[in-house]
Amino acid sequence: MRGGLRVTGGMAAAWLLSACSGPQSALDPQGPHADNLARLFWIFTVISAVIWLAVMVVLVLGLARRVPNRLDPLALEPRAERRSLVVVGGAVVATALTVIALTALSYFSQRKLFARENPGVTVKVTGYQWWWDVRYESESPDRTFTTANEIYVPVGVPVTVKLTGYDVIHSFWVPSLTGKQDLIPGQDNEIQFVASRPGVYRGQCAEFCGWQHAHMGMFVVALPRPEFEAWAEAQRTPAARPEDAEGQKGAELFVSKACVMCHTIRGTSAGSRVGPDLTHFASRKSIASATLPMSRGNIAAWVVDPQGIKPGVNMPNVSIAADELDPLVSYLAGLR
Amino acid sequence: MKRPFAARLVAVLLLTALLAACEREDRPLRSSPVLSGGREEIALSTNAPGPGAPTEYKTGTRGEYEKNAFHVSQGKKLYTWYNCSGCHANGGGGSGPALMDDVWIYGSAIENIAASIREGRPNGMPTFRGKIPEDQIWQIAAYVRALGGFVASDVASSRHDEMRSHEGESRLPSPPARTSSQPGLAHPK
Repeated sequence: MRGGLRVTGGMAAAWLLSACSGPQSALDPQGPHADNLARLFWIFTVISAVIWLAVMVVLVLGLARRVPNRLDPLALEPRAERRSLVVVGGAVVATALTVIALTALSYFSQRKLFARENPGVTVKVTGYQWWWDVRYESESPDRTFTTANEIYVPVGVPVTVKLTGYDVIHSFWVPSLTGKQDLIPGQDNEIQFVASRPGVYRGQCAEFCGWQHAHMGMFVVALPRPEFEAWAEAQRTPAARPEDAEGQKGAELFVSKACVMCHTIRGTSAGSRVGPDLTHFASRKSIASATLPMSRGNIAAWVVDPQGIKPGVNMPNVSIAADELDPLVSYLAGLR
Repeated sequence: MKRPFAARLVAVLLLTALLAACEREDRPLRSSPVLSGGREEIALSTNAPGPGAPTEYKTGTRGEYEKNAFHVSQGKKLYTWYNCSGCHANGGGGSGPALMDDVWIYGSAIENIAASIREGRPNGMPTFRGKIPEDQIWQIAAYVRALGGFVASDVASSRHDEMRSHEGESRLPSPPARTSSQPGLAHPK
């Protein structure tokens, strides 16, 4: 019976801990900054747990102890007095030491978090309701490019993310890689992180920013340097003109309908900066800021009824005729 | 003990009043599929042959857009996003006419303003037919009405999203009573 209980308990603990790993978890760190935070978290948790347990033990002992019947309650007992002085004094000193130690620990962790190295990549992220504009900066303007809702980074290289908000305050949080930093309209914030291992990590807006705050996600994709450079080179090129007739019809529809009022597709006459840049839209992992996985069906669903999928989003329901949908979706799905 | 009937009635009425305050207005996000500009028939001239005013047909349902603060503030956002401000500035006009004076070349009714956005007008106003969804055209038209001071002050925005030197549209003066919603006031004198 006891053995069975232990096995069940162990399994439950393992199951609980397994929920801590995954693409979006501060307890599954994938870089030095997140490592730092995870270590801090565990030290704080363990110390607090030990203190809590000690307090509970003393409390239970105190409740269980039988108080001896004294003849004269006012009589002084020097030994007992001294003992309680030692105990209380010890507790006060221990409390002060713990608070000082934890404060120092968090101070030095924070110094490490805010230390800046020479960045290998600089990305400017602007928060919009409810998506992320991602601009890769470079010293020569022709090497800058814009994408949305995805940040590709080379493995092992410090990445500086410059953060600002367009409309309201958002917060940049990729738990597997780094802590939070706010995106504030009219203010430039900065955060730096390193991804130690290749992988796809999910990020999430961490400051309530309106109706679709929960649907404001993103992906950080860490790749080995050569693959990252290949990706960046592909992103710098303008969109290829579709070769099939259906895709070409879709391209014409895109610039003749409401799409062109908000979106940019480099290489075409669509150049508005209100919505996400769609130049290499189909190369992304998701649609609508990590709301739907990228697929032809989901593109069609999103184009036809964005207000049904993400109510309140700034993309309006646009009337699209039945025979226009397929060409439009073909064109969008071909923007690789 | 029996409470007096009047006290109960007052309590029920108070609760009902409180509950009624929960719903200020709707935010219609999905446009009606039957919404189209075709049903409104407006005249762009006050002149009509024979006696009487020009024949117009207005459904009268578009007034809901300028009674809804959500629509007006969406219109305000779209006014900038679609670069209306490129020609009309923030209502004061530039290469396009001012929208906060009392001169309305093509009429000041919301149906007339929406038609001007949808169809375009000679001498520069582009047509946005097919480029702006119909419900957004009505939202922008409602905001233009707010710029003209036609919209109730509890509906028009009281502040701007960015820093500006003047106050929101809710503080704009109402247009003088002589202003007619009819067109033809471009050269009133």
